[in-house]
Amino acid sequence: MAKVEFDTPEIREYPIIPMLKSDAMSHSSPFVAKPTHQEPLGFPGELVEDWQNKAIEKMGELLKKYRSLKVYMDICVKCGACTDKCHYFLGTSDPKNMPVARQDLFRKVYRRYFTFAGKYFPKLVGAEDLTEEVLEDWYKYFHQCSQCRRCSVFCPYGIDTAEVSMAAREIMDHVGKGQKYCNEIIGKVHKIGNNLGLPGPAMKATLEDLEEEMEEDYGVKIKMPIDKKGADVLLVTPSADFFAEPHIDGLMGYAKVFHEAGIDWTVSTYASEAANFGMFIGSYDQMKKVAMRIREAALELGVNRIIVGECGHAWRVAYSFWNTLIGPFDFLDPKYPAPQHICEFTLDQIEQGIIKLDKSKNDHRVVTFHDSCNVARATRMGDSPGGQFDIPRKVIQAACNNFVEMDPETTKEKTFCCGGGGGLLTDDLMELRVKGALPRMEALREVVDNHGVTNLAAICAICKAQFSKVLPYYDFPMDMITSVHQLVGDAIIITRGVENKETDEQSETVTEQ
Amino acid sequence: MLSIVLAVMFYAATLVLLLGIAYRVSVYARTPAPLKIPTMPAPTTSGGVAMRLLREVTIFESLFKSNKWIWIFAILFHFGMLLVLLRHIRYFNEPVWVWVQLIQPFGTYAGFAMLIGLLGLWVRRVFVERIRYISGPSDHLMLALLSLIAGTGLIMKFVVHTDIVALKTFTLGLLRFDIQPLPADPVLVTHLLAVILLMLVFPVSKLLHAPGVFFSPSRNQVDNSREKRHVTAWANNNAGQE
Repeated sequence: MAKVEFDTPEIREYPIIPMLKSDAMSHSSPFVAKPTHQEPLGFPGELVEDWQNKAIEKMGELLKKYRSLKVYMDICVKCGACTDKCHYFLGTSDPKNMPVARQDLFRKVYRRYFTFAGKYFPKLVGAEDLTEEVLEDWYKYFHQCSQCRRCSVFCPYGIDTAEVSMAAREIMDHVGKGQKYCNEIIGKVHKIGNNLGLPGPAMKATLEDLEEEMEEDYGVKIKMPIDKKGADVLLVTPSADFFAEPHIDGLMGYAKVFHEAGIDWTVSTYASEAANFGMFIGSYDQMKKVAMRIREAALELGVNRIIVGECGHAWRVAYSFWNTLIGPFDFLDPKYPAPQHICEFTLDQIEQGIIKLDKSKNDHRVVTFHDSCNVARATRMGDSPGGQFDIPRKVIQAACNNFVEMDPETTKEKTFCCGGGGGLLTDDLMELRVKGALPRMEALREVVDNHGVTNLAAICAICKAQFSKVLPYYDFPMDMITSVHQLVGDAIIITRGVENKETDEQSETVTEQ
Repeated sequence: MLSIVLAVMFYAATLVLLLGIAYRVSVYARTPAPLKIPTMPAPTTSGGVAMRLLREVTIFESLFKSNKWIWIFAILFHFGMLLVLLRHIRYFNEPVWVWVQLIQPFGTYAGFAMLIGLLGLWVRRVFVERIRYISGPSDHLMLALLSLIAGTGLIMKFVVHTDIVALKTFTLGLLRFDIQPLPADPVLVTHLLAVILLMLVFPVSKLLHAPGVFFSPSRNQVDNSREKRHVTAWANNNAGQE
């Protein structure tokens, strides 16, 4: 497939809702999964002969299994409240990227086969047969939804397009039209244990390198234990943290926090992945299978607690679904939430005074925070609603003197997706990713120009990878995107183990980039 | 003859409406919600969830966040209609309850609010490009039907009075299965036929949003997934215990 030429949208001072441009993104479609990606997950290798009937049969099954899908199909009144809420619509002007229009690609088929009105008066209610054309539209436009749930916040009935796009992807997988990126990655988790296909020895080598790097910086051995039986804490983090920038600086941040807190922790090579792409493809079975590795690793290592690293959808699966999928966690220490987010853990250590931060180490930075969609709209941290907004901010503010908020219409539960979530973080969707980032880039431009913001902090591996790629399109430096725990790691005062060393002035902080 | 036809139609429509909604609601209630998916931030107690739902159906909280124009017209229409419906209790009730008598003046003018709300929503449906794109024939017809009901009602109240005493004899008769003559007023008959049609389409149309909103998992679930294990039948939740 040839690379698509496209223009990066212009940043506007006062964003307005675009006029519709029909089919503006009808060329955007991710690579289709090959039989080698499909079959290991139990999906047919290619489009099955009887695909229409199979798809309708699967749709009927999902309507019986998911109340969300059934109710959402029936109760939309087409009020239009969601039509200007999707970042992909705002960035592309394609009407099929309006949440209700995207749902209608599914709903028109639902109506045709499952409702009285659609069976007998199809024209009247816009019911349509599931044709090849409709399937094509499904494949294109249900891969232009990052399942960020922003539409659900604004819908008077809470209709969540994510649920519909998950169902559509699940149906397509079952008739043999899966998406290569997601299904290939899930295959890697089953085979190797993480999305990146990073084998145990490579992980070990990476962590040893990082230990050496930190030892050079601090003159202290800050350990990054791996597969350590009997450790107190199992850290489950997205595998990008082991290898990508700026993720890896966040990983060192976690290690420094654990070190200062005196926590005996470990990562697992068997469950070396917090991400769970089973959610993106709407497959309960895959999601459960991927998550089960973590339960198994926790039992095998005999840990008392599980802490999850910086990752948006992973935190959704962990916080909202793990207890259902792989619980109960009666083998863990009931004193701590299961699972716990690394930000919850770090803030607790800061508030108890166990770890100390020197904010001035971040004085060369002006930081703003991007709420990741899954953390903001699908999870919580702490004890009260909204903790998912306050806790990461408190962590940042404990580590930095200069913190600025972006436009409140674009943060907290109204946050805009980075443009790469929901299984769309692939090069074959680059145009969509750049255009979908527009609303966030506009809000960022405003605080960069008016408040001199230098760093965009985030707690999601996908946001970090997406922004490093997309920021340059909008004339921002790609290393603006920063892990929250990099800020913590740069500010933390390492005291443990220091007295053993007679080294002088070792506390030079890492400030590369 | 007219009264018998209309009476039979009313009985049939009532049956369709009640059984239809009961069936749909029972389907929603029986369909499992296997995962915790409340839109966050969400209440952490069931009392909090009740309040969230109450706010959604009284002040249209999410819609207010979303779009002020749609919100204003939606409030005008729904609360106008609520008052109008309550006012109509007087036609089925003798002696008329005091509170029903008290809301009569508000109820009659609420008919205007209802109609203005409907027309406002309709204007947006026609002139706002995005909403025009997502509107189908049934969306326009639904507004037409409701506007017809509101319009004919207002005509009978403020322009050409119908024989309200005879009408009340008819409606009270309906309740006792004793069919009385209905005034052969074309405006009244149009009004009643439109209402019958609305009752018939209710269970097979988007009007299901009224009962449906209470079953929306993103709004009716408690945010307590870490504290309480959420279990449903098909999802075979015991596998985790092996």
